[in-house]
Amino acid sequence: MKKQLILEDGTVFIGEGFGSAKDVTGEVVFTTGMTGYQETLSDPSYCGQIVTFTYPLIGNYGINRDDFETIQPAVKALVVKEAADFPSNFRSEFSIDEYLKMKDIPAISGVDTRKLTRIIRQHGALKGAIVSADADAQEVIHRLQATVLPNDQVAQVSTKSAYPSPGRGFRVVLIDFGMKHGILRELNNRNCDVVVVPHDTPAEEIMQFKPDGIMLTNGPGNPKDVPHAIETIRALIGQVPIFGICLGHQLFALASGADTFKLKFGHRGSNHPVKDLETGRTALTSQNHGFAVSEESIANTDLKITHVALNDGTVEGLAHKTHPAFTVQYHPEASPGPEDDNMLFDRFIDLMKTNAAKETQHA
Amino acid sequence: MPKRTDIKSILVIGSGPIVIGQAAEFDYAGTQACLALKEEGYRVILVNSNPATIMTDTEIADAVYIEPITLEFVRRIIQKERPDAVLPTLGGQTGLNMAVELSNAGVLDEYNVKVLGTKLSAIEQAEDRDLFRTLMNDLNEPVPDSEIIHTLQEAKDFVEQIGYPVIVRPAYTLGGTGGGICENDEELIETVTNGLKQSPVTQCLLEKSIAGFKEIEYEVMRDSKDNAIVVCNMENIDPVGVHTGDSIVVAPSQTLTDREYQMLRNTSLKIIRALGIEGGCNVQLALDPHSFQYYIIEVNPRVSRSSALASKATGYPIAKLAAKIAVGLTLDEMMNPVTGKTYACFEPALDYIVSKIPRWPFDKFEHANRTLGTQMKATGEVMAIGRTFEESMLKAVRSLESGVYHLSLDDLADKDDAFLEKRIRKAGDERLFYLGEALRRGITIETIHEWSQIDLFFLKKFENIVKYETEVENNPFNTDVVKKAKQLGFADKTIAKAWGKTEKEVYDWRKKNGIIPVFKTVDTCAAEFESETPYYYGTYEDENESIVTDRKSVVVLGSGPIRIGQGVEFDYATVHSVWALREAGYEAIIVNNNPETVSTDFSISDKLYFEPLTIEDVMHIIDLEQPEGVIVQFGGQTAINLADQLVAHGVKILGTSLEDVDRAENRDKFEQALQELKVPQPLGRTAFSVEAAVDIANSIGYPVLVRPSYVLGGRAMEIVYKEAELLQYMQNAVKVNPEHPVLIDRYLTGKEIEVDAISDGTDVVIPGIMEHIERAGVHSGDSIAVYPPQKLTEDQKAKIIEYTTKLAKGLNIIGLLNIQYVISKGEVFVIEVNPRSSRTVPFLSKITNVPMANIATKAIMGQSLQEMGYQSGLVPEKEGVYVKVPVFSFAKLRRVDTTLGPEMKSTGEVMGKDSTVEKALYKGLVASGMKIPTKGAVLLTVADKDKDEALVIAKRFHNIGFQLLATHGTANLIRETGVPVQTVAKIGAKGPDMLDVIRGGEAQFIINTLTKGKQPARDGFRIRRESVENGIPCLTSLDTATAILEVLESMIFNAEAMPKAALEAVHS
Repeated sequence: MKKQLILEDGTVFIGEGFGSAKDVTGEVVFTTGMTGYQETLSDPSYCGQIVTFTYPLIGNYGINRDDFETIQPAVKALVVKEAADFPSNFRSEFSIDEYLKMKDIPAISGVDTRKLTRIIRQHGALKGAIVSADADAQEVIHRLQATVLPNDQVAQVSTKSAYPSPGRGFRVVLIDFGMKHGILRELNNRNCDVVVVPHDTPAEEIMQFKPDGIMLTNGPGNPKDVPHAIETIRALIGQVPIFGICLGHQLFALASGADTFKLKFGHRGSNHPVKDLETGRTALTSQNHGFAVSEESIANTDLKITHVALNDGTVEGLAHKTHPAFTVQYHPEASPGPEDDNMLFDRFIDLMKTNAAKETQHA
Repeated sequence: MPKRTDIKSILVIGSGPIVIGQAAEFDYAGTQACLALKEEGYRVILVNSNPATIMTDTEIADAVYIEPITLEFVRRIIQKERPDAVLPTLGGQTGLNMAVELSNAGVLDEYNVKVLGTKLSAIEQAEDRDLFRTLMNDLNEPVPDSEIIHTLQEAKDFVEQIGYPVIVRPAYTLGGTGGGICENDEELIETVTNGLKQSPVTQCLLEKSIAGFKEIEYEVMRDSKDNAIVVCNMENIDPVGVHTGDSIVVAPSQTLTDREYQMLRNTSLKIIRALGIEGGCNVQLALDPHSFQYYIIEVNPRVSRSSALASKATGYPIAKLAAKIAVGLTLDEMMNPVTGKTYACFEPALDYIVSKIPRWPFDKFEHANRTLGTQMKATGEVMAIGRTFEESMLKAVRSLESGVYHLSLDDLADKDDAFLEKRIRKAGDERLFYLGEALRRGITIETIHEWSQIDLFFLKKFENIVKYETEVENNPFNTDVVKKAKQLGFADKTIAKAWGKTEKEVYDWRKKNGIIPVFKTVDTCAAEFESETPYYYGTYEDENESIVTDRKSVVVLGSGPIRIGQGVEFDYATVHSVWALREAGYEAIIVNNNPETVSTDFSISDKLYFEPLTIEDVMHIIDLEQPEGVIVQFGGQTAINLADQLVAHGVKILGTSLEDVDRAENRDKFEQALQELKVPQPLGRTAFSVEAAVDIANSIGYPVLVRPSYVLGGRAMEIVYKEAELLQYMQNAVKVNPEHPVLIDRYLTGKEIEVDAISDGTDVVIPGIMEHIERAGVHSGDSIAVYPPQKLTEDQKAKIIEYTTKLAKGLNIIGLLNIQYVISKGEVFVIEVNPRSSRTVPFLSKITNVPMANIATKAIMGQSLQEMGYQSGLVPEKEGVYVKVPVFSFAKLRRVDTTLGPEMKSTGEVMGKDSTVEKALYKGLVASGMKIPTKGAVLLTVADKDKDEALVIAKRFHNIGFQLLATHGTANLIRETGVPVQTVAKIGAKGPDMLDVIRGGEAQFIINTLTKGKQPARDGFRIRRESVENGIPCLTSLDTATAILEVLESMIFNAEAMPKAALEAVHS
């Protein structure tokens, strides 16, 4: 079944539809990871986005029951050069087409994804739609240009009610802005007793759980679209150790008085080098973000920059100068991508340990 | 971290001659490394015995030593140059072993030479099986059950515990020399015995076979700051069991989930951190297709063949950065040379699929054992890039230049399924094509998977290709179908065959219908960042990224995969041609498909197209670029062979015209030209049928030299002595027909001479004349060549100059030409003219300081030789003597006869230079890997026709103190002349026979001219193989034997009593 991918700049790609047959509109972005499409398509941070894979063969090893980052994928649609109809891997349960049909997610193959990527690189992320072959392209282009994309993605993907993920170790309240399961997995691996709460849970309610630490998760969209979370975090800073990832990092920065901005086409992939300014060592990281913390805005805050992107120098990590709180823009939980900085979770545990020791001293 | 300032000069050790397991990739790595170190301001001293390389050009290093890579000679270089440091990890196993030897001999300490990059202790830890296993245990990383053994008994004991199959891996050998998989006692005895011999430390690893696991490689880098990255991972289509150098490989991995990918990535990085690698490293892993269980197979703590492949597959220049890491720079402070905008500390993202297929020498060695195992047999490889797996694979197939364009072979129709099954179960060089045939017959991918263990993913892809054949066949001239077929990589040739049309008809129709490829950039980052790398591949999609400039451009065709007969020498010439074009102000565009070479380094040319060298792929580039013309004379026969098709497409061939090429290569036209020019040649004619061949041979008289027209490296060339042999040749070796006639020439015995020359149409410059040690009949590529000639009269030299000039002018040569002469009974005859660059161009260029490919290119582009400062005639001879010695890879190729003849067998060459012939020869022979002991025994077994000559040689060996051993007949003759000799029993006779003598190491040299035969059963063959297996020089040409004798005579002082008469005279 032929389909069209139409961009707001007027570019039209003709391809073969797979997955769901429905039409969709969203922000078109690209990711350069060569493996991990299952994790990517189930990463809630892609909520509302049409994700282009630059690697041309997607679906080679199928979809397995284990490697999901959420239960209900929030990605709007996928764009690929070729979708494998015959997956091969010992864990494979479905082909990507079967899975996308089940989850009602449309996709298009046969697209010159390199051309599309180059357009995005030059023009920045843009609006696009996947529509049927007989749709009037001009009409779609006009509609796209007039479309304002929704900005309530966090509310869409966050949990609606709090739930526990029990452990015998530190009590961590995890504020779910669109959490990847990987974060929960890493905390549980370290025996944390996690309580997952919705994005709009007030600070007092969070503190009623008597947490040893707060985890601010990743999530989709512009951090400025979740002002209530900024307030919450501001109230939490200094009370207990905080660890933030991705959107959590941006919200933490905003809560501390820094500013954020939209990147031209974002960082999405598994090969982004990040320099730890303290150790001087560079780690390869998994990234997925369209916004970043502005470097200049850090000057008037109590924050210090701990990590920078090697290539474009953007802020990749922050720490509070006085309080036990640190955040990173990238994904130490990986899934997909390199696990070089997995020890950041240990650092969080250590921080809670030190803090707990201090509390006892003071007590 | 800034670069080291405590060192000023660095010794780089190259990899020596091209052998199986160590090919052009180290010229690429070494060249990059030397240039990178120079760029950082160090004085670079290079030692490499291989003259056919770019890295031994004097521009590449500050001091270039083309000397043997042996302790003796490298020590001298260190003594003289006093380098502050040595960089051992860029010259393959040879460079590494040399560094270890220098260290063990105390040379590095004595002269205070620091080792750059990875520490020698780490190298030892990675290479020594025992140390490595201990390290893996410490790291908790799994290795297959294994045991280090030093004797056959230990091997048997181990097998008793774990059972068959087991893999034998000899320690410290190249490309798995001497190793293999054993399924039973017999194979175990043979392989272990051989393996222990091949290992310099008499040590083998016996390993529980994990054949059938996925074989995955990670190319990793680490710097002194502990930044560690993966440049590329690769998946072998052939599962564990086939040497990775002999495997069909794709990059990146295709069937690994992110969890599997990251698990193996973590392991690889953990290992290089534990080893403390500073530079590049290759980690090979085996992954169970049914679980997360994996094993570490091996770690190469250096730049390797795989890293050259990874560099070309990703664009990321591993060797260059490894060299910089070695002097202290770190990945996070170096730029990624591809984008120029991002840092080197990152992991390339590919947005295409890369396929690599090895190129095996079985077209030359048809009797060799063609099954593939743990011992590498390929001489070279091709790489192709596509946006679909199918496209990438089929582009690689047609890059092989094996006469195949698709997943099919001719002559398979009459083979039954059982035959296919056998060939698919046991991996061999043609398995890919048998797979195609099996799928075509409807055998399911599940069945084939069971036979081959090849992952279903790949089999399904092959099936996609095969299934689409019918679609193509049923829909002639259907644009949609052809578009899809092209996306699946189908060649025009395949489509033409399906439609019963010519390739050109399909091409023209396609072009008219707009079904043409676009070119995309290899940029390391999947288009995430801008990059200006001029590195392209073709594919059937929307957007073309190769922008045509308004500069005048020239396309240079490369020489494809390294094979016997077409080695790195042609890449050398290609690179120099490209450089010359750039100097002359042209935009130089190169087309090639060999990932190992310097020419496919994107920084060499203005534009690099990594594409198959077939007419359709080359034409696509020409259609886009609209160059001034195409240069075909540097890319060996590969490029020359495309000339007529290019002309048919209306393309201008620059340099010698197609008609003149044809006049040199077409036998009848050539003969006519020679007659007109009054240049004599041996009698000969062209035969178009078997009967004609017999008549011709009778009329000119035996022995005759027979060969197919248009030959490469003397392929299928033979000397036949009688009609029966001729008939056998005509029936087996060639398929004679009017399109492919056979040439029959009088075989003249005599001295062979080789000349390279450059002509601009007016002047003919002859940089040098080379004299072969072996008489005519031995292929020039397998002969030892000497410059300047030692035994030519002035008269003969003058004749050679005269004929060369006449031929160059008479054949309207513009550019390079190579001529072979034979001097028979004092007369000079021309045997062959090659209107192109030759194997000896780099050798002569280096000796004479005449940059032959460079000035030939400029002559092609219209500059006169006089303008460039050259005059007609022979360039004045240089001082000193230079010899080129061929190097063979017989140890890797079982069942190949080592006898030298008209068919080329060598894989590489070395140069020896010194003040006398003997000294130069000594160096050349030692550099070629020959041991030259000055005492011991010589074993002679010679054919009747050679007995007289052999007697002289025997006597001379006796005179310098060698003991003589010979078989009955030869021994009797020697004894008759009064020279003591020990008789050795024939093979199979009672008591210790010839083979026992060889195995026992009782002879230091073997001279064997027994009737050559291709049946392994023959004695001569077995003797020759046995000496190869035991590493003893076996000389099959009496000329080579004499040359070695001369070397020995010059080294050994005679101990002879004073003549008696003189003494008596004093006393009387």
